[in-house]
Amino acid sequence: MTTTTALPVLKPKDFASDQDIRWCPRCGDYSILAQMKKVLPTLETPRENFVFISGIGCAARFPYYVDVYGMHSIHGRAPAFATGLKVSRPELSVWVISGDGDALSIGGNHLIHAIRRNVDINIILFNNQIYGLTKGQYSPTSPVGKLTKSTPMGSVDTPLKPLSLAISAEATFVARSIDVNIKHLEETLTRAAKHRGTSFVEVYQDCNVFNHKAFDYATDKTTKDDTTLSLEHGKPMIFGKDRDRGIRLQGLTPEIVSLGKGISEDDLLFHDEHVEDPSLAFLLSRMTHPEYPEPIGVFREIEKPVYEDAVDAQLALSVENKGAGDLDSLLNSGDTWVVQ
Amino acid sequence: MSSADALIEKSITERDSVTVRFAGDSGDGMQLIGTQFTNVAAIFGNDISTLPDFPAEIRAPAGTLAGVSGYQIQFSSQEIFTPGDAVDALVAMNPAALKANLSGLKKGGLLLVNEDAFAKGDLAKATYDKNPLETGELSSYQLIRIPMTRLNRNAVEDVGISLREQDRCKNFFALGIVFWLYNRSLEPTINWVSEKFAKLPKVVDANISSLKAGYHFGETTELITANYRVPKAVLKAGKYRKITGNEATALGMVATAVLADKDLLYATYPITPASDILHELARLKNFRVRTFQAEDEIAAVSAAIGGSFGGVLSVTGTSGPGVALKAEAIGLAVMTELPLVVIDVQRGGPSTGLPTKTEQSDLFQVLYGRNGECPVAVLAPATPGECFYMIQEAFRLAVEYMTPVFFMSDGYLANGAEPWLIPEMKDLPQLKIQHPGPVSNGDSTDFEPYQRNDQLRRPWAIPGTAGLEHRIGGLEKQDITGNVSYDPENHHQMCEIRAAKIAGIANNIPDLEVEGPEEGDILLLGWGGTYGAIASAARSLRESGKKVSHAHLRYLNPMPKNTQSVLGRFRTVLIPELNLGQLCKLIRSEFLVDPIGFNKVKGQPFLVSEIVEKVNEILES
Repeated sequence: MTTTTALPVLKPKDFASDQDIRWCPRCGDYSILAQMKKVLPTLETPRENFVFISGIGCAARFPYYVDVYGMHSIHGRAPAFATGLKVSRPELSVWVISGDGDALSIGGNHLIHAIRRNVDINIILFNNQIYGLTKGQYSPTSPVGKLTKSTPMGSVDTPLKPLSLAISAEATFVARSIDVNIKHLEETLTRAAKHRGTSFVEVYQDCNVFNHKAFDYATDKTTKDDTTLSLEHGKPMIFGKDRDRGIRLQGLTPEIVSLGKGISEDDLLFHDEHVEDPSLAFLLSRMTHPEYPEPIGVFREIEKPVYEDAVDAQLALSVENKGAGDLDSLLNSGDTWVVQ
Repeated sequence: MSSADALIEKSITERDSVTVRFAGDSGDGMQLIGTQFTNVAAIFGNDISTLPDFPAEIRAPAGTLAGVSGYQIQFSSQEIFTPGDAVDALVAMNPAALKANLSGLKKGGLLLVNEDAFAKGDLAKATYDKNPLETGELSSYQLIRIPMTRLNRNAVEDVGISLREQDRCKNFFALGIVFWLYNRSLEPTINWVSEKFAKLPKVVDANISSLKAGYHFGETTELITANYRVPKAVLKAGKYRKITGNEATALGMVATAVLADKDLLYATYPITPASDILHELARLKNFRVRTFQAEDEIAAVSAAIGGSFGGVLSVTGTSGPGVALKAEAIGLAVMTELPLVVIDVQRGGPSTGLPTKTEQSDLFQVLYGRNGECPVAVLAPATPGECFYMIQEAFRLAVEYMTPVFFMSDGYLANGAEPWLIPEMKDLPQLKIQHPGPVSNGDSTDFEPYQRNDQLRRPWAIPGTAGLEHRIGGLEKQDITGNVSYDPENHHQMCEIRAAKIAGIANNIPDLEVEGPEEGDILLLGWGGTYGAIASAARSLRESGKKVSHAHLRYLNPMPKNTQSVLGRFRTVLIPELNLGQLCKLIRSEFLVDPIGFNKVKGQPFLVSEIVEKVNEILES
């Protein structure tokens, strides 16, 4: 006799809902959905315990296409819905699907507060640097000078760096992947799911209608080795087609150096995902194309108390100190008097 | 006094009801002594009703009119419903308090002032040119000048605390005088001080010394020649405690959750005058109450909806400005048909308005303040104690109809206190909640999240239930399946279904009751926190032989089914409200009845006399 029931073996197709997918053909979202459906069956979580919550935007349609529980909520607030759900039902695996406008513009406040509380949810930010659903206005991650319908003379707004924001909000898991890096994306989503605390993953996602090829530099086979830096824990930061260049620290500033000519791997920055101090992760999050290769991978994964654990610990402590609540004695508390 | 041995004979007068107002600077501890006096009156067995009245600023410049804080209490041997119209005894700790409160004092009323606080600078801050204690302008009151600061310093000089700390006790000196004036025991307050400051023995010592010194001053001074006795009230037999609306609301939520065997999630953002509900609940974690202080109002309601999706009893609490911010999310709860209770402790508006003052001006906001056809249920408790029962009713409707329900409290109910007959758990309604169970080997596409019962309620299927996986959201839902639908016919139908669901609640709530004649000349129709003033006015008019009835709406949407027939039985319907006529317009548009509005938006509750006067004016015309 066994005491636990083995979970049924599920396949990616078991997570496909019966709804027609309405993203534009060749949208980067398809790949993210496909990798997610591969990851979910591997997480040893009953299917009914997954919940996907989204706000508004193209990415926010995601929950309709995954056959688990889902809520397509209102613009920017998904992290708040997710927090309320997770704190009420800690056993659930709660995912927030968001975009650059949803998470960083209208929902910036909720994003940083979910992260600083370290609620055990997974926030996946589809960053396409554009407003797609409203047909092509610039977003908080669009570069300065971006020409869009709402910026005919170019955007004058300084863009946000999503990972810098997350790290400064005390994020315990921060990673970046790319929609077309199928294998890497799958691994990154798996690691995000397994991390206890808020996992924040930025996915470079191509909007092939309104901002096609925005991340071409990072995905094109001919350039990507020179324009991206694969982060590996404990390894020196080396990049380039011939793996002949690296990142060295000059004071507080990273600099690109060529290996050889008196510079060895030992002179380079070594990646450490688990260092408590966020400086290294923050510094990496500020490295942007074209000045630097853009880091891809896990920037930071540290352990910290999880919000809902702390909430429930107080509930337990309160019961320990005062006993399980008794309604009659609560109603009769304070000064009372009897009228005959 | 001339000499200690020359104790004077003092008379004791019996009174049915007395209204006292304590007024001072917001740092003077007036709310504290008002609350102490209230507790003692309640424990003694009087009926009580209170009105704390304080500024929005924590500490406005000391001594100015802006910084005056007051606490009014009526205590009685009769059943009372209001904190009293006119004040019998006013305690004024400084000139500003005198100036701000004098108009409430009855002619011939007792005026106790701290004359030490009437120096030139104090007078200037209160914009007095001359000292009103000297000019004779107070001659129509029984002015009693007491050098409270000096006498109090004398009383506590041996305790070993600084002069500043000595002066901080003078509110207890004032309280001591008033305790003597109304023949009250010092014991409950002494016990409270001893418990509250157990770790600070000098503070205990000083406050008790001040209290006793004030009491003995009253006893021996020739300045006060009489004191008063207000006998116990004849209340319904049983065990009582004092309760404010916010306390009752919090306890009612806990009671609902305990009896329904559910966890409670209270998600909120601090806002006056609702924050005390959060403070109350945050202490009750051993009842499996989770309080979530969100980053803003929108996050608070969103978290509550998240909790509701997860199957716990979820509430968000706020005041008018917060309701405005929550509107979009409440629309989502209407669309997703999830149970949600929204507490609106109304205050003066618009915008930031009068944060600490009462008003009833959010009725239209909660009924109509959302995009789209967006009906919700709206309830309003009538008294502080009733908040306990009406919040349970709000949960019942939220769960039975899978809908957001507004609970319309206000600043007056929230902070006002009354004696409360403590119910027993076994007599309280038990909310039965059923979530559909797992479907083994079922195909989740068979589950229809928008399949309804007779009441048009959809099932509350929660994550973690195998076979019921489904998606909800803000896009229009296809009837029955709950899939996204842009079909025009479906949208029209769904709008009608959502409206019919809320309208159908009328079949499941009590009728509107009439106090007084069932038909006649005039009906006073009220809602929410104005109950006390309207009921008192109607009773007093009936006692003077007039045919005046009163009906009070606890259900604003939908209204009780008999509302139209009640309205139709009276020649005139008068609607007193603390707004510019919102219920009045609603009644007119719903029932084609043309009521007379009686409106007040001054941040203060109705006086009974104002309503009596208005009714008399109508009856005479």
